[in-house]
Amino acid sequence: MALLEVKNLEVTFGLRQGAVKALRDVSFSIERGERIGIVGESGAGKSVAAFSILNLISRPGYISGGEVLFEGKDLTKLSPQEMRDIRGNRIAMIFQDPMMTLNPVLTLGQQMVECLKAHRKISTAEAREVALEKLRLVHIPSPETRIDQYPHELSGGMRQRIIIAIALLLDPPLIIADEPTTALDVTIQAEIMELLLELCDSQNVGLILITHDLGVVSQVTQKAVVMYAGRVIEQGPTKEIINDAQHPYTQGLINALPQQTLPGKRLNQIPGSMPSLQKIPTGCAFHPRCEFVIEPCSRELPGFTRSGGCSVACHMVKAMKEKAAAAG
Amino acid sequence: MIAFLIRRLMQAVVVMFVISLISFSIQDNLGDPLRELVGQSVSEEERQALRDELGLNDPFLVQYVRFAGNALQGDLGTSYFFKEPALDVILKKLPATLELVFGATLIIILLSVPLGVYSAIKPHSWFSKTVMGLSIVGISVPVFLTAIMSIFLFSVELNWLPSYGRGELEPMFWGWESGYLTRDGLLHLVLPCFSLASIMLPLFIRLIRAEMMEVLQSEYVKYAWAKGLSPMRIYFLHALKNTMLPVITVGGVQIGTMVAYTILTETVFQWPGMGFLFLEAVNRVDTPLIVAYLIVVGAIFVVTNTVVDLIYGLVNPTVNLTGKKS
Ligand SMILES: Nc1ncnc2c1ncn2[C@@H]1O[C@H](COP(=O)(O)OP(=O)(O)OP(=O)(O)O)[C@@H](O)[C@H]1O
Ligand SMILES: [Mg+2]
Repeated sequence: MALLEVKNLEVTFGLRQGAVKALRDVSFSIERGERIGIVGESGAGKSVAAFSILNLISRPGYISGGEVLFEGKDLTKLSPQEMRDIRGNRIAMIFQDPMMTLNPVLTLGQQMVECLKAHRKISTAEAREVALEKLRLVHIPSPETRIDQYPHELSGGMRQRIIIAIALLLDPPLIIADEPTTALDVTIQAEIMELLLELCDSQNVGLILITHDLGVVSQVTQKAVVMYAGRVIEQGPTKEIINDAQHPYTQGLINALPQQTLPGKRLNQIPGSMPSLQKIPTGCAFHPRCEFVIEPCSRELPGFTRSGGCSVACHMVKAMKEKAAAAG
Repeated sequence: MIAFLIRRLMQAVVVMFVISLISFSIQDNLGDPLRELVGQSVSEEERQALRDELGLNDPFLVQYVRFAGNALQGDLGTSYFFKEPALDVILKKLPATLELVFGATLIIILLSVPLGVYSAIKPHSWFSKTVMGLSIVGISVPVFLTAIMSIFLFSVELNWLPSYGRGELEPMFWGWESGYLTRDGLLHLVLPCFSLASIMLPLFIRLIRAEMMEVLQSEYVKYAWAKGLSPMRIYFLHALKNTMLPVITVGGVQIGTMVAYTILTETVFQWPGMGFLFLEAVNRVDTPLIVAYLIVVGAIFVVTNTVVDLIYGLVNPTVNLTGKKS
């Protein structure tokens, strides 16, 4: 059984101008100890997907359909109390900006101890010991003094280490990291990512890594899920997706990687931009930006086609597969 | 800490100097103190002689230096009416006013925090909407109207609460006679404290609500939810502590302002405090008393602001007490 299985998840925002769907029919799964990447341009719905796993979408958003199966339980059906037992305990989250994530008026120790005490019967002194142990795990120098400091006394990289330590406090089987390095200095991005991976490996923690950066995904994940305008448009083993992307959008993302660009040339950006939720095009949402538009694209929503280990939602890919099958 | 207090002390000296200068210069424009001081029968020559004796004919600067020199020794002049040192007269009335301000502050804190927090957490409930509606009304109704209406309702019609005076007092310390120690005294405090509180209460409810709503949207509150903490801990520790930072700053200024508002409240409720005394002093052109009042109120301002800054520094770890953000 998969550790986490998201099935046909749908999230709606009840806005004043009417309800809009931020996620539609999103399905993916992750095994124990596995690492998957969720990629897509800004506004694709990656964060909404991450937060809805923990049922943390705030008003006016809500989960309007689908299931989130975790260790056999459907998280969308839990009571608030049961959901709280999962958050931070069985599934931990790492947020994007470490400068904003920690509460400025509480010490690091307070913010670590409270998390342990919320989920375990444990004395403050014992909780502090656990916290110190995790701080050592993320290589915080002199944790005994750091633990009584306030967030503003630490650099961004240091704070993200603390947040990784908090994520590991209760030894969860799954961590969701929403762009954990985007807000950091370029020089320490790699360092933090390496630390996160190393710890996920040694503690056998599953990781859902959300990022714009296909480069990172190709280096660290086993599976990749590509999202566009609230839908999954392609998913499969990372290697296959990187080496042999089927969907024109995924190909566009890969071509936009700096290492794909010849020196001195401009980056190969995909023309156009992600539509807003109110103005999602009919048919395949990507068709206005796609070079390979064929007849049904603007009319009909593409279903999933299998291609190797991947599944792809694209009319063009489907047509080519059918042609090949007919010829062969 | 020491550096902070020294800086604060120096600021206080400057502030007090300015206050004394202003209040002292007002007295020229208040009318002729001689009219109150002596009867109709005194001749013009005698009046002039008395003016000379009191130093009222000296140039402004000479008068001020003399005044400031005396003031530094705790002598703010002698009340024309009471024929006693003005500072003593004021300080005797200070406890009554402070008890009023204390009661009102307590009411404001005890009501505005829960109401503000609740209406931020549940902005769409009918209770929050009612609180918000009433607070708009509260802001726009003048305090003497609130006071007179409450006297009419609770004293005249229902006969539940006394409408004037301090009631029975009990000695506390330093000769301070307190109304908080007797049942009768407490009953007398209710209406004046509530009407004084009513001036600021709506403002604070709205301020706390607005700040709290903003804090609830912050990343660190979202993160607290993602850690699986209990709603109580998130609302009343993570969110409230951050909400209170700006509220404390505003609160410090408002407590000082409230001392000034006691003039109205004390008059309506015949409350024998400084404000009531001040109004009488104005009617009697009792200049030394007026000046002494202004200086005492100025001192209260300075002290409350210092205390509030200290509290702010304790709550907010990013401020070290020298006042700089690190
Ligand atoms: N609270 C909200 N109310 C209305 N719409 C929202 C809300 N939160 C997100 N959305 C919409 O949902 C869509 C997906 O947003 P999301 O934050 O998941 O994007 P993302 O893929 O994480 O982008 P980024 O890479 O910029 O983080 C966007 O169009 C956004 O406008
Ligand atoms: Mg995002």
